[in-house]
Amino acid sequence: MTAPRIRLVVTLAVLAGLALLPPVSAALGQDFYVDLFTRIMIFAIAAVSLDLILGFGGMVSFGHAAYLGIGSYAVGILAYYHIDNGYLQFGTAIAASALIALFIGWVSLRTSGVYFIMITLAFGQMIYFLGESVNQFGGDNGLNIERHSDFAAFLSLDRPVTLYYFVFAWLALCLGLGWRLVESRFGMVIRGAKSNETRMVALGFHTFRYKLVAFVIAGAMAGVAGALLANLTLFLSPSIMHWTRSGEIMMMVILGGMGTLIGPVLGAIAYLVLENALSGFTEHWQAILGPFLVLVVIFSKTGLLGAAGAWRTKSTHA
Amino acid sequence: MIVIVVAEQVLNGVQFGITLFLMAAGLTLIFGVMNLVNLAHGSLYMIGAFIAAATFNAVHSFLLAILAALVGTAAVGIVIEVVVFRSLYQRDHLDQVLATFGLILFFNEAVRMIWGATALYAQVPQFLSGQVEVLPGVPYPAYRLAIIGVGLVVALAIYLLVMRTRIGMLIRAGASDRTMVAALGVNITLLYTAVFGLGAALAALSGALAGPIFTVESGMGDDLLILAFVVIVIGGIGSIRGAFIAAVLVGVVDTIGRAFLRPLFALFMSGFAADNAGPAVASMLIYVLMATVLFFRPEGLFPRAKR
Amino acid sequence: MPEALLATRQLRKRFGGLVATDDVSVEILPGEIHAVIGPNGAGKTTLIAQLAGDLQPDSGAILFAGQDVTGLTAADRVRRGLARSFQITNVFREFSALDNVSLAVQASAGHSFHFWRSARRDPALREPAETLLAELGLSARLGVAAGNLSHSEKRTLEIAMVLASKPRLVLLDEPLAGMAPEDSRRMVQRLAALKGKVTILLIEHDMDAVFALADRLTVLVYGRAIATGTPDVVRANEAVQRAYFGDEAE
Repeated sequence: MTAPRIRLVVTLAVLAGLALLPPVSAALGQDFYVDLFTRIMIFAIAAVSLDLILGFGGMVSFGHAAYLGIGSYAVGILAYYHIDNGYLQFGTAIAASALIALFIGWVSLRTSGVYFIMITLAFGQMIYFLGESVNQFGGDNGLNIERHSDFAAFLSLDRPVTLYYFVFAWLALCLGLGWRLVESRFGMVIRGAKSNETRMVALGFHTFRYKLVAFVIAGAMAGVAGALLANLTLFLSPSIMHWTRSGEIMMMVILGGMGTLIGPVLGAIAYLVLENALSGFTEHWQAILGPFLVLVVIFSKTGLLGAAGAWRTKSTHA
Repeated sequence: MIVIVVAEQVLNGVQFGITLFLMAAGLTLIFGVMNLVNLAHGSLYMIGAFIAAATFNAVHSFLLAILAALVGTAAVGIVIEVVVFRSLYQRDHLDQVLATFGLILFFNEAVRMIWGATALYAQVPQFLSGQVEVLPGVPYPAYRLAIIGVGLVVALAIYLLVMRTRIGMLIRAGASDRTMVAALGVNITLLYTAVFGLGAALAALSGALAGPIFTVESGMGDDLLILAFVVIVIGGIGSIRGAFIAAVLVGVVDTIGRAFLRPLFALFMSGFAADNAGPAVASMLIYVLMATVLFFRPEGLFPRAKR
Repeated sequence: MPEALLATRQLRKRFGGLVATDDVSVEILPGEIHAVIGPNGAGKTTLIAQLAGDLQPDSGAILFAGQDVTGLTAADRVRRGLARSFQITNVFREFSALDNVSLAVQASAGHSFHFWRSARRDPALREPAETLLAELGLSARLGVAAGNLSHSEKRTLEIAMVLASKPRLVLLDEPLAGMAPEDSRRMVQRLAALKGKVTILLIEHDMDAVFALADRLTVLVYGRAIATGTPDVVRANEAVQRAYFGDEAE
């Protein structure tokens, strides 16, 4: 089987598995899994959005968690002012994260390489401190959200299973959009820029514009994940935007296999399941996870999909 | 009265800048010579702070505490250099960032395992606990002055080391052409380890000195690390001089901002608005500074020549 | 005398103490193949870099189709019809040969802010790419990743990518470099077949190829253009003879 075939099979399998999880979990009497996997899917969306710019575009953005936070805060702040309309909340989440991604991208994409990594890291932290210092919305302590996003008669998100499938729908949508995006003309420019930026410019592409648009799309998608997260936890905290969270999302992308869209989903599942299992064993689970991550990076750069022979290899028309 | 407050804050800013400089100098040296991005540099700062505080609490000798921190951290640094970094020098920056991120998780937890989850108590040593009159009528904590002093001495020492000694020449040469230096018969592996040890020692010194002022706790180095990155980006990667100027600039701007923005805003805003806007803008100030510098000079104030 | 398609006026460029381009004024006529030759270090690649837009001259002007393009970026010059190939092969190694050329075709097909339709399956991109690769003899290697092609094939792919934008003038920087003799001969034939369809400015060391292809030559020595004209005229030029053989004759 060719790599793209394997990826397709994996994608379908994962989606099928996720779709069947709630009934299976109910049959086993373990409702906790619905909650866990809602969370996993939310981070999967965030990881997919990062993959668009990191895996396909070569833009190592280390401040991506900020957009998760912005999406969350958009929902939370509106809820604080008793605006519970889901369309408004999600619309604001998308618009806000897109706008901020536009500003940050516009400054950061003027640089490249190490500078780019450091700058996105710094900006991400700036957003974090902003969240911490605005006392009105809880600052350091966080803020409770009283009600879920209200989509009127359409959905009632206060039921866990409904929320689960709502998130699932968004994940499927993001995967679908991502797939069309990377195969489109726009996607080819982004991928070309990653492969050989000098050549792209020599061909006549104004790569900055395309990268900026990709950056904004990725930010907006992460904003959606943030809005969903706010509905899951009903709690706002700036800690979601801390740069270590950006690192975690990046790990998910790499762990699953970057530049594949479904890889990050696998990575999110693997990372969060692992974290969940380890923290059950010992409170010092980070001392185990840390070295594990180091080993993964040193030895297995292509991630889980790479191990399955489904990563993009040189010899295929992939 | 105002003069005293302003002078005090400016000095605090300089002292903070020095702390940043010691971190940034190590980072920029390591990046400049080995082209290695090391996120775990903040962990070295943290380890230095912990060892110093723990040693001081045990033997009540400040000098011994500093020495223990330097040696201990350098040792840890050398171990991770050999075990982890040697595989990373030839890899791209993304790999280095991720691997060192894993190291951060490990060290943050390790420190909790050894010393517990609560902050460690670190006190200012007796002989530095007084105040010094820097200007007539302006008293300033002796300890903080000492930090500034130490920082200036170290900055000078590094400058002399890099510019005037044979090792420094190798460092500068290694930065521009690794193969050439190796061809000259210099043991590159040893050189890299030495440079890494030096960087670790600088971070440890920064942490050991900062202990009594900031809280000695797990993760203390991570936020500072980001600021060190900002300093390097503003100053120009690979430039010690740039790191010094940028560090002091960042330190002063940040401190003055945090001290005076809220009262300043309160002059023409409602107390409530000032309470929120003040700290918010203050926290963003440095990043705005960074963005502004980058807008005009994407490679920092003192970029090194292209390899 | 037809108006020049590409012309430089007193172009100058120095790097510190080294004068790479010394008051160079040349004219490239439409439809011709014009070769720039000269000893190593004569400043040929620097000249191409300035013409392409990768390097800004210190003074002087570059005119393309009568318009001053000195201030334009490389990308903008490509859009005007002035394209260049690279001395060191610079293709997209992870993409197939077809993808490489399709991307080049895409570059001149207006903007690429199309987010939905598949680029790979788009006949507007595939067909011109396939045709071009067929003309250059690479039909059998369409699906091979560029990184896996032989050196000669990579250089041919390089040329295909330059031609994909249907430029009016191409700057070819040592297109035959490192090619096996048989492949060189084929490439010379293909370049000759392009005469009239596109104007070519060529840097090459292979003198057989140069004399087979070029309508006119310019000889560059120490950054200065010492002679311009048809191959016969240049061959007979005393200054040129001195530059190439001068030291030996003495």
